[in-house]
Amino acid sequence: MKFGIVVFPGSNCDRDVAYVTRDLLQQPTRMVWHEDSDLSDIDIVVVPGGFSYGDYLRCGAIAQFSPAMRSVHEHAQQGKPVMGICNGFQVLTEMKLLPGALVRNRDLHFICDRVSLRVEQADSIFTQQYTKGQTISLPIAHGEGSYYADADTLASLEDRQQILFRYCDPQGSVSPQSNPNGSLENIAGICNRGGNVLGMMPHPERASDPLLGSTDGLTLFESVLKTALALV
Amino acid sequence: MAQTYQAKIYVTLRPSVLDPAGTAVQSGLTHMGYDNVERVRIGKYIELSLTANSADAAAQQLDRICDQLLANPVIENYRFELEELAAV
Repeated sequence: MKFGIVVFPGSNCDRDVAYVTRDLLQQPTRMVWHEDSDLSDIDIVVVPGGFSYGDYLRCGAIAQFSPAMRSVHEHAQQGKPVMGICNGFQVLTEMKLLPGALVRNRDLHFICDRVSLRVEQADSIFTQQYTKGQTISLPIAHGEGSYYADADTLASLEDRQQILFRYCDPQGSVSPQSNPNGSLENIAGICNRGGNVLGMMPHPERASDPLLGSTDGLTLFESVLKTALALV
Repeated sequence: MAQTYQAKIYVTLRPSVLDPAGTAVQSGLTHMGYDNVERVRIGKYIELSLTANSADAAAQQLDRICDQLLANPVIENYRFELEELAAV
């Protein structure tokens, strides 16, 4: 399976993702410069974290119009996997591949921390190697990661089981106290209706190498890889 | 004939979206003694000029520009003022 990692001016988690897909998972991986519109060789697209185009205007707002992202849109429409992590999640909401928006953290701080997450769905292609209700721990690093959507959208996300991860405490309890950034419903990660587009604020690529103390994030990449391999 | 218009665009957070930055500014004002100040909301102000055949055409194009990029309709509202600039 070939991973394609979109690189914008200002991306800074692109090589961390490549380390996971190329070095840990031993999969061919291509860095896709934002001006490159040909994704025909790519099976799984990752839109990584960082500050695309300086995050001017709004996070992810400018990036959505790049040639690479127009092709990512087509890739997603074809039902192929797209993973947006942190800034990538912001880009995917800006281009309407995912509902809602990411706004300024409730307490204004840029948060760089490790948080607990509850896996809400384990039948998604991105989470099938986890168990439903499992508590995992992943790093977060963002200033604008507070998930917002109107009430109808939130209800629809819940009904269609599109909420994949919620912020929780280490015991797995979801509460206002375990919400680091003010995200509505403690939402940390969602997928689209088709289930092939993922957006999440936490960084699974930073918890994939055992040397760093946790492989909770590697499971996510293994899940999508296993699904993609099974489809061939 | 094409005219040049100056646009002043105001982008504001929708009322349902929390504005922690506005709340922080309000808190600062309260600490300064301005305890009669309420409901501080921070938005964006954008200026641009564009050429169009009429004010209506310019307004239509600005609506598209705002919907597509300058504002995110999920979290923001916008309004703008248009002024015809004198030919140079």
